[in-house]
Amino acid sequence: MFHRESGVFKTTYAADMALYPLPIAKRTVAFLALLFVVILPLSLQEYHLSILNLMFIAIVGALGLNILVGYTGQISLGHGAFMSVGAYTAANLAVRLGLPFWLTLPAGGLMAAAVGVLVGIPSLRIKGLYLAIATLAGQLIIEWTINHVPAISGGASASIQVERPSLFGYSLTTQTQLYFFLLFFAVLAIVATLNLMRSRIGRAFVAVRDQDIAAEIIGIDIFRYKLIAFAISSFYAGVCGVLYTYYFGIANYEQFQLIVSIDYLAMIIIGGLGSVLGTIFGAVFVTILPILLRIVLENVGSLFFSDSELANVISGTRLAVFGGLIILFLIVEPEGLNRLWRNIRSYFRVWPFSY
Amino acid sequence: MSGEDLGFLFALLLNGTSIGFMYSLIALGFVLVYKATDAINFAQGEFVMMAGLIAAAILGIEGMPLIAAIIATLAIMIAFGFGFERIVLRPLLGRPVVAVIMATIGLAAVLRGLTPVIFGGETRALSLPIGDEPINIGPASLSPIQLVGIVVTVLFFAGFSWFFKKSRKGVAMRAVADNQQVAQAMGINVERYFALAWAMAGIVSAVGGIVWGSMLGVDVHLALVGLKVFPVVILGGLDSIGGALLGGLIIGIVESLVAGYVDPYVGGGTKDFVPYVLMIVVLMIKPYGIFGKRRIERV
Repeated sequence: MFHRESGVFKTTYAADMALYPLPIAKRTVAFLALLFVVILPLSLQEYHLSILNLMFIAIVGALGLNILVGYTGQISLGHGAFMSVGAYTAANLAVRLGLPFWLTLPAGGLMAAAVGVLVGIPSLRIKGLYLAIATLAGQLIIEWTINHVPAISGGASASIQVERPSLFGYSLTTQTQLYFFLLFFAVLAIVATLNLMRSRIGRAFVAVRDQDIAAEIIGIDIFRYKLIAFAISSFYAGVCGVLYTYYFGIANYEQFQLIVSIDYLAMIIIGGLGSVLGTIFGAVFVTILPILLRIVLENVGSLFFSDSELANVISGTRLAVFGGLIILFLIVEPEGLNRLWRNIRSYFRVWPFSY
Repeated sequence: MSGEDLGFLFALLLNGTSIGFMYSLIALGFVLVYKATDAINFAQGEFVMMAGLIAAAILGIEGMPLIAAIIATLAIMIAFGFGFERIVLRPLLGRPVVAVIMATIGLAAVLRGLTPVIFGGETRALSLPIGDEPINIGPASLSPIQLVGIVVTVLFFAGFSWFFKKSRKGVAMRAVADNQQVAQAMGINVERYFALAWAMAGIVSAVGGIVWGSMLGVDVHLALVGLKVFPVVILGGLDSIGGALLGGLIIGIVESLVAGYVDPYVGGGTKDFVPYVLMIVVLMIKPYGIFGKRRIERV
């Protein structure tokens, strides 16, 4: 990641597909582990850790969406709803049956995967913009159902309070404790995605994305792989929803509306479609952006707007900046921040002797 | 069925029809863009909202005549459609459909975010000087603005049907929709027709925004009508003008019927739900809609 290579010397496919492209990569990973496990939690304040926590949750959800959109070439406008399915499944299990998080978390993910497959079934016959519309309908139907069925949503305000997760009898309540909890799942999601994409299934996904009819001709059952992609992707989304629920201590359908689906699409487009590193960049960027925007507007905005207007202005500006960034990246740098990073790296690969 | 029940049914049907015509009008803007450019406009609802807000803002100026406000709104929306095509979509030509979808979603987010900043968050009234005395038709009644909406929609559909069948530009646009390369080889300036299609979407949105706005009042929620467009166009077929009309009427009437007959039993809100269920069913059974053109794919 941060090391410099002097060229490409791989002679076997196994070497090309290895998780560590060079022996030195292990040291980079060890350094990152040291940074995230020891240095950051000791040196950062609670508030800054809470931002990192939000990033970890976002990384899990964005990786899932990138598996579907970036690697398999399908599109989903329903990921917010898949998250809500995971969140409400876990919340109901935790509150009614008193199950611990290591049971509710996979349960939430599996339920979201089942719903995701259901929404993905139309992808048998349709694709591209028709699929976008079908998943949009899925989002609206799930949103409506959760909001209108008290058995799921837990009554009038459609939100369920959940206890913080507990591990070996200790309840994880401070930001630092939650930090390690969420870091674990973020790392798990990253490693799982990297490995998935090196596997037979991952390569089938890429074949479906690049040319689905050709993929079918060489023997890939495209419908099956599309459904697997939907299942895996919405499993991630469900887990992401469960993590949100445990992190905030409440499952609320307003956290998972259509706008969330668009936020996550923004992450993977800004970060880079079909790239794990890009997804991480995107999740970090999209999480930090509204916080920076809020700081700027709170300091500068009072010159132009009254206090009562300012809240509206901040949320409106945030949305507009997201939209603008999506358009900007699509036009200027379709491969996202990941491409910018690679450009910087390849510039430094031979630096200072450019030729 | 007693006479009262029949009267209730008739009122629901009439109301559904009038709402359906309005859906058709907004779906028309959507279909025009798809037909000519193969792009799908997820910002259609935001176009309508923006037109309504602009019209309300212009009418709010003291002593502004109605006709001037309408013309100004039309001009702004046409310019906006042109501008969007030129600045955002043209660089995306030849890229996967997902890119174009995302660009219009991005535009929707920009419009939805900026309008409360520019126009303020409160709901504005947009009143057309046509009175609000309801017109009785049998046991049911329609407000004048609903009647205006129906008339405008019928005029627009007639106009665009004529345009595509008879006028030189309309035929050229159909050629572009059919096969861009061949159209270009025949000397048609494809890019100009793309821009024209977006400008026409701007016109339709402007009219839709003014009529919807004077029915419901204008604020950010007007954009939600854009979500209703999807069931309409899926049902009718994405590239069919007649399909937009029929789809709009079906969705409008179904909505009105479930709101009248099912809502009392389940506690309301079904009309925001049933159209999408209907749409999923259509997508599974007949994905190209009633009149849509079936696409054959090759490697």
